[in-house]
Amino acid sequence: MNDTLNITKGINALKEQIDAPTAAFFSSCVHCGLCAEACLFYTETNDPKYTPINKVEPLKRVWESEYTLFGRLKKALGLAKPVTDELLAEWEPLIYDGCTLCGRCSMVCPVGNDISTMIRKVREGMVASDHVPEGLVGASTRAVKIGSPMGIRLKALQAQIKHIERDTGLKIPIDVEGADYMALLSSMEIINFPEYIESLAKIFKQANVSWTLSSEAFEATNSGIQIGSSDIARELVQRIVDGAEKLKVKYVISPECGHAFTAIRWDGPNLIGKSYSFKVVHILELLDELQQSGRLKTQGMEDKKLTFHDPCQIVRKGGVEAQPRRLLSQVASQFVEMSDPGKMNWCCGGGGGVSANERADDVRLKAFNRKKSQLEEINVEVLVTACANCRLILEEGLEENNMDMPVVGLSELISEHLLEENAVEGERDE
Amino acid sequence: MELFSNANDFLLWVRGDAFNIALGLFIIGVLVRILEIFLLGRKKDFSEARGTQWGPGLRNIVSRSVVDNGTFKRAPFVVVVGYIWHICFFIVLFLFIPHIELINALLGIQWPGLASQLVDAATVVAMVSLVAMLWHRLTHPVLKFLSTYEDYVVWFVTFLPLLTGYMAFHRMIDPYPLALGLHILSVELLMVIFPFTKLMHAFTLFIARWYTGAMMGRKGIVS
Ligand code: SF4
Ligand code: SF4
Repeated sequence: MNDTLNITKGINALKEQIDAPTAAFFSSCVHCGLCAEACLFYTETNDPKYTPINKVEPLKRVWESEYTLFGRLKKALGLAKPVTDELLAEWEPLIYDGCTLCGRCSMVCPVGNDISTMIRKVREGMVASDHVPEGLVGASTRAVKIGSPMGIRLKALQAQIKHIERDTGLKIPIDVEGADYMALLSSMEIINFPEYIESLAKIFKQANVSWTLSSEAFEATNSGIQIGSSDIARELVQRIVDGAEKLKVKYVISPECGHAFTAIRWDGPNLIGKSYSFKVVHILELLDELQQSGRLKTQGMEDKKLTFHDPCQIVRKGGVEAQPRRLLSQVASQFVEMSDPGKMNWCCGGGGGVSANERADDVRLKAFNRKKSQLEEINVEVLVTACANCRLILEEGLEENNMDMPVVGLSELISEHLLEENAVEGERDE
Repeated sequence: MELFSNANDFLLWVRGDAFNIALGLFIIGVLVRILEIFLLGRKKDFSEARGTQWGPGLRNIVSRSVVDNGTFKRAPFVVVVGYIWHICFFIVLFLFIPHIELINALLGIQWPGLASQLVDAATVVAMVSLVAMLWHRLTHPVLKFLSTYEDYVVWFVTFLPLLTGYMAFHRMIDPYPLALGLHILSVELLMVIFPFTKLMHAFTLFIARWYTGAMMGRKGIVS
């Protein structure tokens, strides 16, 4: 039967995920419940099933019955709780709708369990056993076939580029061999926030950065990472690696998008099983570096009270925390932190593929109440962030709650404050 | 008690054969569990590290003992009672002079103890905090939801040595050798179930915290 075949595949995929850290984590859990308090899906719904450690139950069962002496004994005696197709079906919404892989639980667990990484591992088992929400299946099929989860083809990008070039008179370089930097974009940036591309062009011109886009590898969004399929993720990373190697660039720039950064910066080399021939930098890291070295000069200050929403994958899972704050200090005079800032920030509710999964819309909007309360505490006029996905989710959440507040991308904010004279003087593209 | 002609025989057995068996099971069990973890290993990480692993890993072993402010506000009971319980438990286990003497006899190391009245007070506080935690487990929606029979077994087996120790100390069971024997027996029960339960966290939390801290350090996140 198909189900038995699937469940065997699922269990095997889960087995493959178990390593020493996973075993240490399961051995250490004392059922204290603190991880629930760290998770916005629990705090905003008060439903205990969203407790992070509960989400990894299928993986726990596999670990116990296969990798511990006592568990194996129990299994032999028929006392072990098995992983069944029903169990996976029941857990699937918890894993995909009720978790954004934000990693906040992993910061709070007193015994030090990295629960979020374990949830990512459970997704591998879900994919292998065919328990995946529709929305994500569609996105990853498009990503593999068309090259972008939102189905964006090169033509669409070229059209946006044409617009930008006409509006600004700037040139957006494509397929320039030997450029220092190859920039990646997320689909949402191409479709919803093309201002990002424009900002890059302006900033790089002023800072005299040699850069290019690749017509073969422009899409950074990695649906394989979101759905939890290493096979798909590997294929998408390989495309970028091929593109970068073809153009012989020294650096690849991850766009603001958080999961794209995790995919290309941290997971990518492990997916393809070797180190890259280039370095990966997040756009905020690069902007900060340019500013620190004096190549990026800004003028004028935003005087509205504003705050910064840290995208989980960039700060908590990516280690980019000081950079956005240094950048903001140059262009905003009234920057205030939310409660739990930086690496303890609360997720917007739409990461980890949740925003691509319509079934999760209701719980996602509930989860947004966390952000809402955080924002209400500080009473700001503008919300700055650095992830196209966060930005869409925040805009939608604010609108839903009748909160009138613009959401701005940090790179754009910087580009709006570029020192004018430099912009004129630096006509030195390649 | 038919097996033993009198309380003294019982105490002798508990202190002798029974203790050796329990200690053996405890040590072998814990070693097996730790080996089971390490033998699984970790895959090589090909991504370019931003920071080191060892320092942040060790740092996390210490820093995870302090909870962040937001979580403390959301769950003050678990945090406060958790601290009180662990501190009192360590006082009772390691600062009661007869316990130190036992450790000295076993391992040849010793340190100064606390006055027995203080240890007695710590025992009472430890028991009260355990009861409070049990009550919390039975009433809080998340804890009720998460708890399995193992949590309750572990609670009981952890509570017994405190109770029997307290009763022996206050001569509440007669004759004294029986009281002491029951206390030691309850500790042996604890040692035997230890490797098979979440009590293992006493050892594995160092491994768990290290791995998480190391992963964070590698990515340049302050643990
Ligand atoms: S990763 Fe985030 S959303 Fe997922 S369980 Fe942990 S805290 Fe909740
Ligand atoms: S916080 Fe850690 S120890 Fe507590 S229940 Fe969650 S995973 Fe287990």
